[in-house]
Amino acid sequence: MLTKLLNSDRAFDVCNKIFVWLLIIIVAYPLVYILSASISDPYYVNSGEMILLPKGITFEGFQRVFQSSEIWIGYRNTIFYTVLGTLINLAVTLPCAYALASDQLAGKKVIMALLVFTMFFDGGLIPTYLLVRDLGLINTIWSQVLPSAASMWNIIVTMTFFKMNIPKGLEEAAEIDGASHLRIFFQIVLPLSKPIIAVMALFYGVAHWNQYFGALIYLQDRALFPLQLFLREILVRQQITAELMRQSGMVEAIREHARIADIIKYAVMIVSSLPVLMIYPFLQRYFVKGVLIGSLKE
Amino acid sequence: MLDASAVSAPPRKKRRINWRKVKINWQLYLLLAPALAYFAIFKYYPMYGLQIAFKYFRAVDGIWGSRWIGFEHFERFFNSYYFWDLIKNTLFINLYALALFPISIIVALSLNELRDGKFKKIAQTITYAPHFISTVVLVGMIIAFLDPATGIINSLLGRIGIGPISFMTRPDLFKSVYVWSNEWQNLGWGAIIYLAALAGVDPQLHESAKVDGASRLQRIWHVNIPSIFPTIVIMLILRAGSMMSVGFEKILLMQNPLNLSSSQVISTYVYDSGLLHGQYDYSTAIGLFNSVINLVMLVICNRLARRTGASLW
Repeated sequence: MLTKLLNSDRAFDVCNKIFVWLLIIIVAYPLVYILSASISDPYYVNSGEMILLPKGITFEGFQRVFQSSEIWIGYRNTIFYTVLGTLINLAVTLPCAYALASDQLAGKKVIMALLVFTMFFDGGLIPTYLLVRDLGLINTIWSQVLPSAASMWNIIVTMTFFKMNIPKGLEEAAEIDGASHLRIFFQIVLPLSKPIIAVMALFYGVAHWNQYFGALIYLQDRALFPLQLFLREILVRQQITAELMRQSGMVEAIREHARIADIIKYAVMIVSSLPVLMIYPFLQRYFVKGVLIGSLKE
Repeated sequence: MLDASAVSAPPRKKRRINWRKVKINWQLYLLLAPALAYFAIFKYYPMYGLQIAFKYFRAVDGIWGSRWIGFEHFERFFNSYYFWDLIKNTLFINLYALALFPISIIVALSLNELRDGKFKKIAQTITYAPHFISTVVLVGMIIAFLDPATGIINSLLGRIGIGPISFMTRPDLFKSVYVWSNEWQNLGWGAIIYLAALAGVDPQLHESAKVDGASRLQRIWHVNIPSIFPTIVIMLILRAGSMMSVGFEKILLMQNPLNLSSSQVISTYVYDSGLLHGQYDYSTAIGLFNSVINLVMLVICNRLARRTGASLW
């Protein structure tokens, strides 16, 4: 009986491991493929001869991408929006979460209800667009950072963290000593909250880095475009801008056009995703922590 | 602190705001102010703007001053030839995605059974990674991989004598491409929450099940799944609440004139008719219709879920 069970357990282990390996292959293959394709001759990529490892290694794609001034503009703008946007997010989220976590806040239930309601119902696309337009934010950097200045979900996560990690006695002791809420927040709570600040900076930061829709509807000036909008033109609409073409020195044929399109396609995917994919494994525990705190019910 | 509790109002008047407490703690409201301003301006003011759904909106008249026309926009939408197509597409895509809901649970159950901690960690790191890829790059990958002439999928299919299939231009394949690429991106990330719930399962339950002679599979079925059931229910409710809206940004990128009959959903139609064609009032009405359905679904699902003992409120 016991040995039979052990045998079935062992069989289970083997099957389970195979299943996980399959998962890993399915998830990793497309990522490895774009990495390989980005440094392969597009001829081998398009003919299907390059299946896993790079073939006919060339760095022309990356060269063209890095020579493109628009990609650099996009990069610069994206970094700028990400940094500014994340700072604003933190400046709104952290104090709000602290206040909501405090027992001293009169009317907390009403305030919470009003804020949580926005998670399930809002004005929708058009009224929000009209508001941003009426505020005169169209075609300004503010259109990229103010409409997404806070997320209620993240505020709740931060609030839960404060409730769990800031000892109740600490706040009381500080108050008896005559410390104000502002001092408690800045001098006691914030220094104790580095993990949640990291989690929030990452959540908000990645969202800013990857977002394109706000830029699509609020920006017209190409000098303000974030990287994702240029990517959209190259990858989705498959428009190679004149600027990327001209560098070849010969705007001669559709063929050359197609070749360039193929060669920069994968390089551009790598260039835009790599910063996030590179730092993520080192910060994985913070991301996971954020999800986990979010799943706790008060 | 002592002060506040000393003056706390008698239970009857509990609902009244304690102004003394507010005054003592004014700095808390100062800390709250940026967030309140943000939500008032960017979340509540647009709700005020929702009234143009019932109006003939002209920019010169403003939101308040535009002429009231009642439900005309809604009637126009319900009677339009595309109404049922939009509803059908929106519902189908979401029900399809819902059908794949168990995948993340299975992934979590499977990762949880791995004894080798290092391998488990590597598996997690790899499966979470696609979550961090932007929508634009993901759709770019889909388009590149599925290209009938140059895509790797078609060239692999060609080797076994299938194809080439023009995935992106075939309306009948659009929903599958959308839903399965979503699954690829989020199957690992979606498992985190269940993994956490599994970590909280009482080991004694497993011990006693072992004594009773339960196999691994039986223990998963009779111990693990019931233990994470409340989490599953809550995730389902949240899913239902966004039933009609998820995936809008990705669908928008995946659309092309040839697959539109299958890829136009309510939210993308709002974008199209509102922002691209300037029909602000009409599109707001469609958006409102969509939001209200979402809210109603959320409330209904939460009601149903209460019977199982797990609910949002």
